[in-house]
Amino acid sequence: MHPILSTVLQRLGLGILTLFLVSIIIFSSIALLPGDFGEQVLGQSALPETVDAFRRELGLDKPAWLRYLDWIGAILQGDLGTSFSGRASSGNDSSRTVWELISPRLSNTLFLAGVTAIIAVPLSLFLGITAALKRNSIYDRAVNAVTLTTISFPEFFIAYMLIVLLAGGVIPGVALPTLANITESMPLGERLFKITLPVITMTLVIVAYMMRMTRAAIINLLASPYIEMAQLKGASKTRVILKHALPNAWAPIATVIAFNLAYLVVGVVVVEVVFVYPGVGQLMVDSVSSRDIPVAQACALFFAATYIILNLLADLIGIITNPRLLHPR
Amino acid sequence: MSSNSNGGRDRGDKGDILLEMRNVEIDGFSDERWHDIIRGVDLTLRRGEVMGLIGESGAGKSTLGLAAMGFARPGCRIKGGSINFNGMDLRGANESELRKLWGSRIAYVAQSAAASFNPAHKLIDQTIEATIGHNITGESAAKADAVELFGALQLPDPDNIGSRYPHQVSGGQLQRVMTAMAMSPRPDLIIFDEPTTALDVTTQVEVLVAMREIVERFNTAAIYITHDLAVVAQMADVIKVLRYGEEVEEAETRAMLEEPKEDYTKSLWSVRALQKPEDKGDDIALSIRHVDAAYGRSLKVLHDVSIDIPRGRTVAVVGESGSGKSTTARVITGLLPPMTGEVQFNGEALPAALKDRTKDQLRRIQMIYQMADTAMNPKQTVGEIISRPLEFYHDMRGAQKEKRLTELLEMIELDASFMDRLPSELSGGQKQRICIARALAAEPDIIICDEVTSALDQIVQEGILKLLLRLQKEFGITYLFITHDIAVVTAISDEIVVMFQGEVVEQGLKSEILEPPFPDYTKLLLSSVPEMDPDWLTDLVANRS
Amino acid sequence: MSDAPQTYSAAAEVGQVLTRRGRLERAKIALRKAPISAWFGMIVIAFYGLVAVFGPFFAPYGEAEVFAKADEPWSVFGGNPAHFFGTDQIGRDVLTRLIYGARNTIGIALITTALSFTIGGSLGLIAAINRSWLDQILSRGVDVLMSIPSLIFALMLLSIFGSSIPSLILIIAVLDATRVFRLTRSVAANVVVMDYVEAARLRGEGLGWVMRREILPNITPPLVAEFGLRFSFVFLTIASLSFLGLGIQPPTADWGSMVRDGSRFIQFVAYDWTLALPSLLPAGAVALLTVAVNFVVDWFLHKTSGLRDEQ
Repeated sequence: MHPILSTVLQRLGLGILTLFLVSIIIFSSIALLPGDFGEQVLGQSALPETVDAFRRELGLDKPAWLRYLDWIGAILQGDLGTSFSGRASSGNDSSRTVWELISPRLSNTLFLAGVTAIIAVPLSLFLGITAALKRNSIYDRAVNAVTLTTISFPEFFIAYMLIVLLAGGVIPGVALPTLANITESMPLGERLFKITLPVITMTLVIVAYMMRMTRAAIINLLASPYIEMAQLKGASKTRVILKHALPNAWAPIATVIAFNLAYLVVGVVVVEVVFVYPGVGQLMVDSVSSRDIPVAQACALFFAATYIILNLLADLIGIITNPRLLHPR
Repeated sequence: MSSNSNGGRDRGDKGDILLEMRNVEIDGFSDERWHDIIRGVDLTLRRGEVMGLIGESGAGKSTLGLAAMGFARPGCRIKGGSINFNGMDLRGANESELRKLWGSRIAYVAQSAAASFNPAHKLIDQTIEATIGHNITGESAAKADAVELFGALQLPDPDNIGSRYPHQVSGGQLQRVMTAMAMSPRPDLIIFDEPTTALDVTTQVEVLVAMREIVERFNTAAIYITHDLAVVAQMADVIKVLRYGEEVEEAETRAMLEEPKEDYTKSLWSVRALQKPEDKGDDIALSIRHVDAAYGRSLKVLHDVSIDIPRGRTVAVVGESGSGKSTTARVITGLLPPMTGEVQFNGEALPAALKDRTKDQLRRIQMIYQMADTAMNPKQTVGEIISRPLEFYHDMRGAQKEKRLTELLEMIELDASFMDRLPSELSGGQKQRICIARALAAEPDIIICDEVTSALDQIVQEGILKLLLRLQKEFGITYLFITHDIAVVTAISDEIVVMFQGEVVEQGLKSEILEPPFPDYTKLLLSSVPEMDPDWLTDLVANRS
Repeated sequence: MSDAPQTYSAAAEVGQVLTRRGRLERAKIALRKAPISAWFGMIVIAFYGLVAVFGPFFAPYGEAEVFAKADEPWSVFGGNPAHFFGTDQIGRDVLTRLIYGARNTIGIALITTALSFTIGGSLGLIAAINRSWLDQILSRGVDVLMSIPSLIFALMLLSIFGSSIPSLILIIAVLDATRVFRLTRSVAANVVVMDYVEAARLRGEGLGWVMRREILPNITPPLVAEFGLRFSFVFLTIASLSFLGLGIQPPTADWGSMVRDGSRFIQFVAYDWTLALPSLLPAGAVALLTVAVNFVVDWFLHKTSGLRDEQ
């Protein structure tokens, strides 16, 4: 087998194994629930039969591995279970399935993250590469100082600063919406307008990280002896960058992008809450405060899977652009 | 310059002045300030002439070599003087003018070939990049020429080697491809920056022969930078010696070797002047019996190795990288328990693993490392470093320890003021002396010296070797001396062990090993060590063919 | 040449020998050379430290003392002069809450970071030295734990254990310990392969001695820098969780919850921008501290790693 294929397969296998282990961790959280959990969810006045039925539904009467198999099997078929909310002590069940709750929010979160990524990725690559090329210039120092400061800020601080600046009438004529309460029926233009502030907030955070990492990766690359060799062969600056640096830059750049997209997925939680955006992050926070475990699990699984898959992608790009693997001895 | 039959190179028929550097000054930025690297050096090179730039680490030879191209590394700047190449003022030239020169009129061959080739491109494309980039010839002509150059440089399969990637060929081959790359645009001047330093001696010879032939064939001028006088003697018409960024002296190669004017120049081959009279020993202190050893389960690196080390003598283990000489040291110290065989100490078998040995057994075998830098904890003072074995093995405390500490420092020719220094406040030679003192503090029977001088400059090497010899005479210590440097071997050993690919090729008294008849590998190894004779390479090529 | 080899002596051997300086003197020199950003950071950290330790002496009122009028604006914007930063939604003095919040938020973050360093640091050190099955198990386990984003993991665990201060500290400390483990292990692994560690083992030194005397002193600088970074990360995580309503619970004063409480009027900011102040003030308090810590760490890293851009 070609070594690249076997390395790719190996990495894919590792990714699947990680997903599997993560699913076990997320699953076993339910096993850690305190014994009186049924009463907590259903209320103090719940009938013992109702509590028993609820425990049976959770499968707490079955051995753990069997419950895991049931759970993961159901998830693989798209059945994420049923929300705890809406259950009453009387045994009336007005709860909804997790899928019903989560599916509209999935697309909202991906929409927000996607728009941010479209702006943030090219911007930070541009800033990072130019800063690296003009190392120690005033431009470089300025970008560095600004990004170091931005990195240190909590997302909600940036968000409220932006609200004051861009929605508080500080700049005359600029009044962006502070609530990003989009609905499915809204036209695209209006939706984009509504999410301007959350997108700017997340862009600021992500660009700071991504730009710094890109800059470090490029500086590292430009320090390679083969770059000096190319210069000493009289190659022009553009040629040194395009022909000698770029082919070796894909792996580090892919890592930087994937890492930051993964970070974006997490950062989305706080920003969604600040701007009351109907996404998965908001849903997860709500489900955690109401201890609606099935929903929280599903959200966690979504975030973890996105995170793992993005990192997997970065590794795969690194593997398939590595000349040592592409052209084995 | 076609014939070179009587060896060496004469200056007679060289052409006009090609490169003229006057009073060049270069600064480097470190520790938040500028330091002098080159302090006003003159250099004149004629067409077709090869100049050797020689000096120890930190002498500024690479910096000067790059300055000959008008190039300064990041963090360096050319502060003063003039650089004139072929009528063009390089200091006054702007970047694009310089770029036109680089890779067409002046080419550069770097020390580390493996790092200097772009891993993403084929060798042929990198070889002809400058030639077609500067529109010197078309692509197909350049490719055909490159194949010819590969052949002239004795690369295997010259037609196809170009379609390989850098990681697919060996270090010695890569170094030759880089020479072809430099030669491809037929430059007037090539800068060779320590091109063979990273290679084993047997590979070095092949690369040297190839480089010399091709430079002669095209009558290219060259600056050959190295720290090895014997190497440069084979390559250069003229030799310039640098020290601390200043010129010590310059002379034609033969004149330089026959009667150097400056003491410093003589010190460059001081180690070669050292010669220990050999002394046969019968009382075996340490004996390695039929040892096989492997890293992990599969990677077997020692095959049936047996070595006897007589008490109070020095046994030198020589071999190239991968010969298993360092692994042998690891077996003796117990770091790598052998698969089969054993190590006997004073006639008794030592426990194979480190953890099973007694404190006294550990004390009797001490070790000194190649890199004194990494052999000392940077956070401990000299006093702490040397006194630990005193406390640990001899239970010394207080005044007694202090007294012994001072004695030990005296033994290594340093005074008590060094006690409070950190390793970072010592020079390379001083560091190695502290490591020797640490080993002495244990009062060992045997000291294993693993390439202890190879990271040091010649003059410092000589000091360390003399110190080790003196200590042996005074205390009767036994040395196992691991090295790849034949000059060091003659300087210090009584007996020699030659190793190759994990096996002992030969063991015997120094005089026996260094005199014919030789087994094949010993012959190859010994004949590959450059000698201080400008005709050596020429004679060697004649003998081998 | 004046220094001929005949006069060679080891003690006089040249080389750029630095003069020996005491630790205190070195620190002084380093401080004198510190850039403005680092000075700014140090002053801010010192100020926060003072407020956190002596807070109750400065605070004008009690932590949970309730006054008659809720949601008063800052005194400079027409509020009651008795409450400089106004009052919150149930009429508590905001300045007082801010001062007590410093103690709670910083204190909890410090305890958490210390705990995560104890766990992650010691395991990382053991893994680096041991290098066998134990290292394999720990490293792979950490890989898996780190493949779940830590805020998400924390949220999930909080949903199980509920939001109390001990569970908050424990959960974040354990999650953060994975990062500390990785760093400690990789830094220590670089030191473990050094010849001086091998020399100590060949001498017959015990594991404890090797760890304490040979390895620890050499991994301290990067770990100190990491402590700063981890602290500011943990501090942000706790503030974020509190902001999400899942961290420190009322009536304990803390900055994250204050941001959350203040955000009720945020949609009216377009009519009166001062409505954002109840959120912005505690958010700014959080931001100022993390910026300060980052500035100091950045300077420290440059100093200790010899990390210079040029070559």
